[in-house]
Amino acid sequence: MRYATRIAVGPVQFRIGSDWRAPIAALERLYAGYPRDDARAADATVRLFAARPWRRWLRPSVHIGGDFTVPDALPLPLSMGLLAAEMGMNLQVALGWRRHLLLHASAVARDGRALVMSGESGSGKSTLAALLGEEGWRLMGDEFTLVDPVSGDALAFPRAVSLKNAAIGEVAERVAPGRLGPLLARTPKGDIRHLIPRAEAIAAMHEPARPALILFPRFGGEAAVEPMGEGEAFVRLTEASTNYVALGEAGFATLARLVRETPAFAVSYPDSASGRALVEGLWAEAVR
Amino acid sequence: MSAAHTLVDLLAGRRDAATLGRGEWDGVISAARAEAMLATLAHRLADATVPPAVAALFADQRAAAATARQQALWEAEMARRALAPRGIEFVLLKGTAYAAAGLSCSEGRQIGDLDILVIAPDVRRAENALLNAGWEWVKSDPYDDHYYREYMHELPPLIHKTRDRMIDVHHTILPRTHRITPDALAMVSDAVRSHDGFAVLSSADMACHCAAHLIADGDLQGGLRNLWDFHCLTRDFAAADAHFWGKLDGRAELHGLRATVHRAARLARDIYGAELPPGWDRHVTGDGWFRRRLLARDDWGRSRNWLLQQAFYLRSHWLRMPPAMLARHLWTKWRKR
Amino acid sequence: MADPLYRAAPPAALRVEPLGELTLIFDRRSMQTHVVAPPMPQILDAMGDDICSAAVIAERLSVAFDIERAGGAASIIAERLDELAALGLVAAA
Repeated sequence: MRYATRIAVGPVQFRIGSDWRAPIAALERLYAGYPRDDARAADATVRLFAARPWRRWLRPSVHIGGDFTVPDALPLPLSMGLLAAEMGMNLQVALGWRRHLLLHASAVARDGRALVMSGESGSGKSTLAALLGEEGWRLMGDEFTLVDPVSGDALAFPRAVSLKNAAIGEVAERVAPGRLGPLLARTPKGDIRHLIPRAEAIAAMHEPARPALILFPRFGGEAAVEPMGEGEAFVRLTEASTNYVALGEAGFATLARLVRETPAFAVSYPDSASGRALVEGLWAEAVR
Repeated sequence: MSAAHTLVDLLAGRRDAATLGRGEWDGVISAARAEAMLATLAHRLADATVPPAVAALFADQRAAAATARQQALWEAEMARRALAPRGIEFVLLKGTAYAAAGLSCSEGRQIGDLDILVIAPDVRRAENALLNAGWEWVKSDPYDDHYYREYMHELPPLIHKTRDRMIDVHHTILPRTHRITPDALAMVSDAVRSHDGFAVLSSADMACHCAAHLIADGDLQGGLRNLWDFHCLTRDFAAADAHFWGKLDGRAELHGLRATVHRAARLARDIYGAELPPGWDRHVTGDGWFRRRLLARDDWGRSRNWLLQQAFYLRSHWLRMPPAMLARHLWTKWRKR
Repeated sequence: MADPLYRAAPPAALRVEPLGELTLIFDRRSMQTHVVAPPMPQILDAMGDDICSAAVIAERLSVAFDIERAGGAASIIAERLDELAALGLVAAA
């Protein structure tokens, strides 16, 4: 492929190839502060490609491919090439990673312990993680959290945080402008801007953290906290994992241990401030 | 040296893994994934000198393949629980059969659907038994449904409601409209038992079936993997039985697959370094076309040679259908897009 | 009326983890995870290594749990056995 770059995030080494320069340039800007190991072979390959050679120039649209492809997926316009690249990276990990249990969850750490927040898009897990990451917590990841079958620890996977719509403004007012990627307006998922994790979070990306608290956040509605039983937490986390089935008994054992050793709560909150307050309160109890 | 060439060199043992550079590893890993052979490569290189990151990736792949193999054998067991009480005999085919029989090609082999062979008179009852045991039809349109039943060699696909795994019930080896018509009844009659009690094809028939899919199926999708299966099968069977190649020749003749099986053997020699006995070890110009198609995979895992791909797509349909029907089928397929 | 006979999965095949009110069972033969609630785990325990009918299981459970042998127990257990069979945790013997 004409243009390419390599990015390492947590334990995963990506290579990304593209028929266009722009998405690669955008990625290199977002990930400029990440350590590179150019001697290491790639675990995951992403390709951003034109369906036909002339579509590189004529109404350019970016198809997402690589180790894994979604056959009928609609392409994105070249102006959203960076989003395509990030989606591509998510896809390869979601479908291909087999070393650790993958949870669709954000995570932040403090004093070597991890807070894991599991939820779908719109649950607020990414925004909460981003905000906590600016208030003394170490950002471990906003999209995926990895759990090590051997140690039971959470592993960091700190990609650029995908902020959507209102969250963009909320985070932008707390961080230096250089920490944000370009505004991608009116994407299929709304307005998106990427937040580059803090330098400390990037530097610590190979440090695991033992889980101390699992939350299932729901943005919107009154502030409420409900303890969740181990069985229910287990089932909900299997639904939040793309590789649970593929890991066989190791996946089962890892998840059983996680829910036995880590208290879980469903929380709803009307705004970020009350979300963060709920987090701090539950955390204090959990690590006592 | 393309990534596909490096991949087959590693599998064949012509290349020492320790000599690969980072760029070559990127290419080989992507090509292997695209050919559904990454776990196979991981097994093949389990004791080789590879960089730590590659070793870790290979270990992941071997573990995942072991889990997947269990799942595939379980599907066979659940099919048995549905069919045996009704006296419906079936023979395992392809990947699940290789796993049930403990064959070397099953190491790291990705298994997709469960493929079973029943005799034609049992097809309706097999269908009912499976529908009663939790399988259901994969939703399709009436044209495809009709095509599957009338012209292909299987029921339309069935998928299990809760396990979400597919089963393909065959009553012939190649589609009824194919120009070659192997003797499915003979294959079922001569089936043998694996030690778990499953029926699998006899050695010669297994190799014939494998070659049939590789060559006569036409579009050579997953060709490198099918060819690796053929290579491992024939090598292992020949090692266990000095008369194997002769038996294979005779059986292939019975099925009308002699040219197909011989071509598969020559390709296994050319690509994987198979040793062939006299009478098999020829050089045929037409093989080059197949070799190029099999190795048309670049170091980003893309299939190269679009023209060759289109030619093979047409050839695949040509082999399956009389020309008039082909025209109508392609017209309908084109219109639906 | 027919009372079908079943045999449970061998003990080494199943990894049973009680988690709160639910029991999770990992079947090593199928690599599947099953989420079950009473009386499923109790039925599997009561079967042990034996070939059992629903009536036999009802008898064993009424003894083990020291309860009145209610008339409908065997038919309830028969339904549960069918479900366990669909999951693959028991097989027709």
